[in-house]
Amino acid sequence: MVPPLQMPQLPPEALPALKDLLYRMADDALIIGHRHSEWTGLGPILEEDIAFSSIAQDKIGHAYALYRLLHELGEPEPDHAAFMRDAPQFRCCHLVEYPNGGYDFSLMRHLLFDLAEQWRYHLLERSSYEPLAQLAHKVRGEIKYHVFHATQWVVHLGAQGTEESHERMQRALLQALPLALGIFEPSEYEELLAGHAIFPGERVLQSHWWETLLPILERAQLQVPPLETLTPAYGGRRGQHTEYLQPLLDEMTEVFRSDPTAQW
Amino acid sequence: MVTEQHIWQELAQVTDPEIPTLSITDMGIVAAVELDAQRRSVCVKITPTFVGCPAIELIRREIELRLMRLPLQEVRVEVTYDPPWNSNRLSPRARELLRNFGIAPPPEYTGTDFPLQLLQEAVPCPYCGGTNTVLQTPFGPTLCRALHYCYDCRQTFEQFKPV
Repeated sequence: MVPPLQMPQLPPEALPALKDLLYRMADDALIIGHRHSEWTGLGPILEEDIAFSSIAQDKIGHAYALYRLLHELGEPEPDHAAFMRDAPQFRCCHLVEYPNGGYDFSLMRHLLFDLAEQWRYHLLERSSYEPLAQLAHKVRGEIKYHVFHATQWVVHLGAQGTEESHERMQRALLQALPLALGIFEPSEYEELLAGHAIFPGERVLQSHWWETLLPILERAQLQVPPLETLTPAYGGRRGQHTEYLQPLLDEMTEVFRSDPTAQW
Repeated sequence: MVTEQHIWQELAQVTDPEIPTLSITDMGIVAAVELDAQRRSVCVKITPTFVGCPAIELIRREIELRLMRLPLQEVRVEVTYDPPWNSNRLSPRARELLRNFGIAPPPEYTGTDFPLQLLQEAVPCPYCGGTNTVLQTPFGPTLCRALHYCYDCRQTFEQFKPV
């Protein structure tokens, strides 16, 4: 017999903290992936249509891998985690729930989100929870492409486009920034996660993100409001969502819920 | 009696459904073959090129079908990210096959973390060999391919992305 899968050592008190972290990440990836996929067939040019569709596919792949880790920790199967829960059970941030709006908002959200993802996975490469550290190493290579794409377009439209494109990117930034700060909504498990070296915490993540974001926005010639004047859109990590999430879930899960036992 | 070599020979027949000239062994997708001491049970670990690669389920099924023809009692295929796949795992043969198929192979790099500057370097055109080329978009027809343009032969070509 092949020896059974080695289950990593995890102190029991760290389990709820780890699951909470994984659900936040998986739900963020699933919902932003769904939003990005809404550009399929509608992108302003063919290359951009393909870019958003490819990024969507990556994100949903990341969500699947994270739900699989959760399943190994005793949670439902990935398809059930993704398709059988309603909004209050989701742990995603408000940023990913918002409708795509125009290409300006979609691109700005893409930059703000993926820069945070890049840092989150970078920090997780050193996680004491080995399966997550391995996944993080793999995912980070993919997210480099996402950040590359977002940065290129935000800088292009902000600094090298027209007056209108600049103005629209500026407006998108002001709309998306408070939502993006909601990514870093602290959880009740921050100390536990840091103490067990699973994840250093949302505050650490946010400061890395901010430091890397500012030079990009400067290259894009966008004005950044002082951080202390912004009110972060918190609530998503506790299951309090915007009015946009449940309709998205209704649409996304309609086929699956019509027969959850169907074999695809 | 099944040997590890038999298993590798079978695995070399499994191809990537998205690039059918490439076998999964050429691509470096097989991370490990674990045959038990009695040689009755095998576990094959595969490391996907991209986490969201839609071909991975097809590849997994194809491996199972092939290995179940061998006198084995148990065949398992597991997806792993240890080691994480990177484009340096493509064999020299895979690179040659890709070029012949019209897809530029990714540049090799040192370490396990590809430098983003690689994307800005000209990739030799698989059609004419010209180096007067430019990256059009890092997102192509599949997750693992980027689109480039060759100013020498004035054609768009695909590249297997460095990752």
